[in-house]
Amino acid sequence: MNPLTTPVLEVEDLRVRFQRRGEPATLAVDGVSFSVAPGETVGLVGESGCGKSVTSLATMGLLPSRGVQVDGSVRLDGRELLGAGDRTLRKLRGKDMAMVFQDPLSSLNPTVTVGLQVTEVLAQHRGLKGEAAKAEAVDLLDRVGIPDPRRRLGEYPHQLSGGMRQRALIAMALACSPRLLIADEPTTALDVTIQAQILELLRDLVQGSGTALVMITHDLGVVAGLCDRVHVMYAGRIIETAERRDLFARPRHPYTGGLLNSVPRLDSGRGTPLTPIRGSARDTIPWAQGCAFAPRCDSAEDDCLVEVSGSEVDLVTEPGGRELRCRHPLTPAVPTTSPLTPGATS
Amino acid sequence: MSAPTLTPGGRRREKIDELAARAGTLSAGTGGESLLRSAVRRLRRDPVAITGAVIVLVFLVVAVLAPWLAPRDPFAQTLLSEVRQGSIPGAREGFPLGVDQLGRDVLSRLVYGSRQSLVIGVVSTVLGAAVGMLLGILAGGLGGRVDTVVMRFVDILLSIPGLLMAISVSVLLGANQLSLMIAIAVTQVPVFARLLRGSMLVQRDSDYALAARALGVKRRTIVLGHVLPNSLSPVIVQATLSLATAIIEAAALSFLGLGDPDISRPEWGAMLASAQAVLSVRPELAVYPALCIIVVALGFTLLGESLREALDPKFRR
Repeated sequence: MNPLTTPVLEVEDLRVRFQRRGEPATLAVDGVSFSVAPGETVGLVGESGCGKSVTSLATMGLLPSRGVQVDGSVRLDGRELLGAGDRTLRKLRGKDMAMVFQDPLSSLNPTVTVGLQVTEVLAQHRGLKGEAAKAEAVDLLDRVGIPDPRRRLGEYPHQLSGGMRQRALIAMALACSPRLLIADEPTTALDVTIQAQILELLRDLVQGSGTALVMITHDLGVVAGLCDRVHVMYAGRIIETAERRDLFARPRHPYTGGLLNSVPRLDSGRGTPLTPIRGSARDTIPWAQGCAFAPRCDSAEDDCLVEVSGSEVDLVTEPGGRELRCRHPLTPAVPTTSPLTPGATS
Repeated sequence: MSAPTLTPGGRRREKIDELAARAGTLSAGTGGESLLRSAVRRLRRDPVAITGAVIVLVFLVVAVLAPWLAPRDPFAQTLLSEVRQGSIPGAREGFPLGVDQLGRDVLSRLVYGSRQSLVIGVVSTVLGAAVGMLLGILAGGLGGRVDTVVMRFVDILLSIPGLLMAISVSVLLGANQLSLMIAIAVTQVPVFARLLRGSMLVQRDSDYALAARALGVKRRTIVLGHVLPNSLSPVIVQATLSLATAIIEAAALSFLGLGDPDISRPEWGAMLASAQAVLSVRPELAVYPALCIIVVALGFTLLGESLREALDPKFRR
């Protein structure tokens, strides 16, 4: 195999089960598989509760050990992470894999200066102390576009603006040039102009460095601007996978189509009503009984149920790398030579 | 002539100056203001806090400067010759609060008594808080079985009434000043342990603790460097309130005869106890030390309560 195409992250058949005493277990993530190549940006998209954040926490090994059962396989550069010891994981976290969270204010310790929080990571993984750590911290903050970094180091998180806090967190995550960066809705708590800046920053930092980026979001705008490949999740499973442009131009799963129709587009005329998806994420049936999206789906037919068809709705890989879990897709499969399919990303 | 035109102009200026000053404090505030400093700023605007602080400050000054502030020797039985069965001389020139049944100046004894209250209050609170916080950090930081064991122990301590516990401990250790302080400290331990543990449990689930874990920071660093500093404000408040309780408990133990047997250290609780014998002759002798205890305890309580508000993030901004 060509070492250049060896994926940084391989997630295979990941299952996360939450078990609370006296209650039936909840399968939050149900057999999710995907991989991320060096320098590639992969999006995990879905509405609240579809399992995208749990997937990322399971990857980082950050789920609580009590009441949670994680099965499957998560490999970072070919190294199995599930079942790895706490100490091993701790050494990898922040160094080889890092994470940026949704709310930049609550993700920073309010009682400690920004400088101390940045240098802490440098001390932990790179053994930098004192002036050397401080100089490196200044350099890091400068790289993520924080003006006057030397002064900012002495300030507390509440003295920074929202965008600057997220920049500081990104600086901390990238302090050791990790192989993998997971960004869990990094722009949700920010306003639109800052969102664009942060996304641009992430793109600039990831491109060229060879860092693999997993972007977790419910915002299709983020996907459109950043991701090379997109996995759409519903009720704990991946239901559609496609290259970014392919997905936007030709969504095939009714859920993906519904998502695209429910957000405003620049090219739609003024006053065009948005079409929401019927019902809510609670209106679902277990995958073992059929397609979980069927109760909300306009294209659903009887054979979407296991009872009728006799088999579960499987994720089918089509030529061209698209994956689809649907028996009645919006558009038929087309040959991979379609002009809509972009060339392989470098 | 020019006065009417000047006044509104002057008033407008005042307004502008006021706004500018406020903007000035705000920008000064954003230039490196720690949580502590912003808490102090809020305290200074709070009349309750100021009242409490003034009482506490006066108490501290009196206790520290007692030898210079006391008008007389608190042990000299100057007016003993005038004390008879059923009659104690009242206030007079040079003895503003009168004398006790042994002819000693009451005011001087009250002034010296403040030292005892201060020492016992501070030492026992520091001792109790230190042990309690240690238990709290163990329980809240390590969790699991350690948490269960520590908290059951604390529950047992808490199930014994404070004064009863203090009495048992001071009887066990023998009557002296140190055992009095240890006895009071023991009653403070469970409060601090519970408070810190609860507060740490909340902070342990916070986003920044998760973010620190995601960066591979050691658990010890997370617990001591991130979780603990964010869990301290209720403990600081409790320490202030506990000072009041400790002073009252110290007085109560002395009143019960379990205090410091060393008569060379006048103590409010002991003064209260000995005033009991002559309550029908000179009730004031009981009122003065009681008043001192109440006012000082009130001072610490007021300060503690307003500190709670100042440190509470819900009141911030």
